[in-house]
Amino acid sequence: MKAIEFRDVTFSYGEGAPAVNHLNFSAEEGEFVAVLGHNGSGKSTLARLADGLLTADGGEIRVFGNPVSEKTLSDIRKDVGIVFQNPDSQAVASLVEDDVAFGAENIGLPREEIGRRIGFALRAVGMEPYRTATISRLSGGQKQRVAIAGVLALKPRIMILDESTSMLDPRGRREIAEVVKRLHREEKITVLFITHFMEEALLADRAVVMNRGEIVMEGAPAEIFGRHEELLTYNLALPRIGVICKRLREGGIAAADTLGIEELAKEIAECVS
Amino acid sequence: MRIVAEHLTHIYNAKTPFAAKALDDVSLTIGEGEFFGIIGQTGSGKSTFVQHLNGLIRVPASLRRKKKKDDPTVLRAGEFDLTSKKTDFRALRRQVGMVFQYPENQLFAETVFEDVAFGYKNFAEGKPSPEETERAVREAIEAVGLPYGEIKDVSPFDLSGGQKRRVAIAGVIVTKPETLVLDEPAAGLDPIGKREVMELLHRLHESWCKTVVIVSHDMDEIAENCTRVAVFHEGKVKYVLPPRELFRRTEELLELGLDVPLTAKLCLALGRRGIDIDCDFTTEDFLRKVLARKKGGAC
Repeated sequence: MKAIEFRDVTFSYGEGAPAVNHLNFSAEEGEFVAVLGHNGSGKSTLARLADGLLTADGGEIRVFGNPVSEKTLSDIRKDVGIVFQNPDSQAVASLVEDDVAFGAENIGLPREEIGRRIGFALRAVGMEPYRTATISRLSGGQKQRVAIAGVLALKPRIMILDESTSMLDPRGRREIAEVVKRLHREEKITVLFITHFMEEALLADRAVVMNRGEIVMEGAPAEIFGRHEELLTYNLALPRIGVICKRLREGGIAAADTLGIEELAKEIAECVS
Repeated sequence: MRIVAEHLTHIYNAKTPFAAKALDDVSLTIGEGEFFGIIGQTGSGKSTFVQHLNGLIRVPASLRRKKKKDDPTVLRAGEFDLTSKKTDFRALRRQVGMVFQYPENQLFAETVFEDVAFGYKNFAEGKPSPEETERAVREAIEAVGLPYGEIKDVSPFDLSGGQKRRVAIAGVIVTKPETLVLDEPAAGLDPIGKREVMELLHRLHESWCKTVVIVSHDMDEIAENCTRVAVFHEGKVKYVLPPRELFRRTEELLELGLDVPLTAKLCLALGRRGIDIDCDFTTEDFLRKVLARKKGGAC
């Protein structure tokens, strides 16, 4: 079953070129899809349309078969959880557990159920020891994990991370990547991971590249990284290891495109003395 | 200007139950003309250190009328003695420009011109004439690679993320500081934006600010750009080395919870296969050294 489906969707912010342009896109239930693209390519607009934060100008968006419209919005938002970019602007409460409870309280769950869900969500992101901590004193990675927990407490079937790692340090980024991977594996959540860290796209089953509001490339992440020239035309830089593989090949060392350091080292070792 | 810190200690909320030591007896010298890197985990004291450099955080001695005799703290930026109460901190801030993390969040004026001019009017010597202000603003905007005529009357909020960051940097370099300090200058930009910002910093380093100090989490960025690197850990300086020597210590750095550049990881993996590549960990040098050792024939 398709978790998210965009059929010929168009959206513009006021005048000017459409941010999303006749877009067709879908993600299967349980799939982990990475969405890549330079700033302004339409990635975030895609996320906001899927959650009903924006309303499409044309075309149709379905979430588990239900068309996204004003009438279905509250149901859609139970299915789709979204985590944003800035760790400092997503918290609504000052204590971790109050923040995680916020969404669950809003949909009117009974008190005991809310308590259970806070426990479940904080365990899932590894933040249970911080249940009564003050959010402002947490690190960026911890704050983003609390934001994820707040979404998880609603038991969504789809989770969208809209550049949720871009403001974190490398440790914070690793924390989020690990949590999301585990949630995908253990809770079978469909994940849409929007990022411009190419390396993070490797977590995904499938990657799509956006440019000018359209999907211009699609495939397994490793395969996409092999298409250098094309990536450059969409203003995307290769991951550094891709640059090294390419330059080695140009210099006569047969290094196949790989994203593994050990694999590349092995290939180099065979060619040098 | 040469920056010298000796025995620098800083405690937040000193003498309260919330006291937290952010810098613990730090000694560090940054030479004139360097492109200096500062790395360390979140909370290691990097930002606290750089905020001392233009007096945003004052050493206690500079707030007292008389220096304590046994106070060993030294903090100098060129001519300026930052431990002295007599120091002209406004003049210091003209000479040491500070670009914070996500500086575009600090844009506030209605036009790009007004935003950049704000720093100039605040810090320039004397009272600059409108002509002087215009010249300085024009030069700063052009120095960050933006078209002055097209952009000066535009609202900074209508610009792209990369352009906003450039305008914010222009607002700092407009006083022609000798030293430019930047906290995570490329964070949050996409890869192309990152590259453009680093290229901009190199241009500024060549023609505008003698010394550049960057704080960064991106080890590839550090390896590619910096002359020397200081590693902060729990308020202390663990190493001060050129990247060529620092990133040989891969295992020690990983132990401190830090990353190393991709080239260092590759060198380590090659070393385990008996191949030692002696490079300075820039991509160019790594490739040159590897390709120089290529065996003949097809492989």
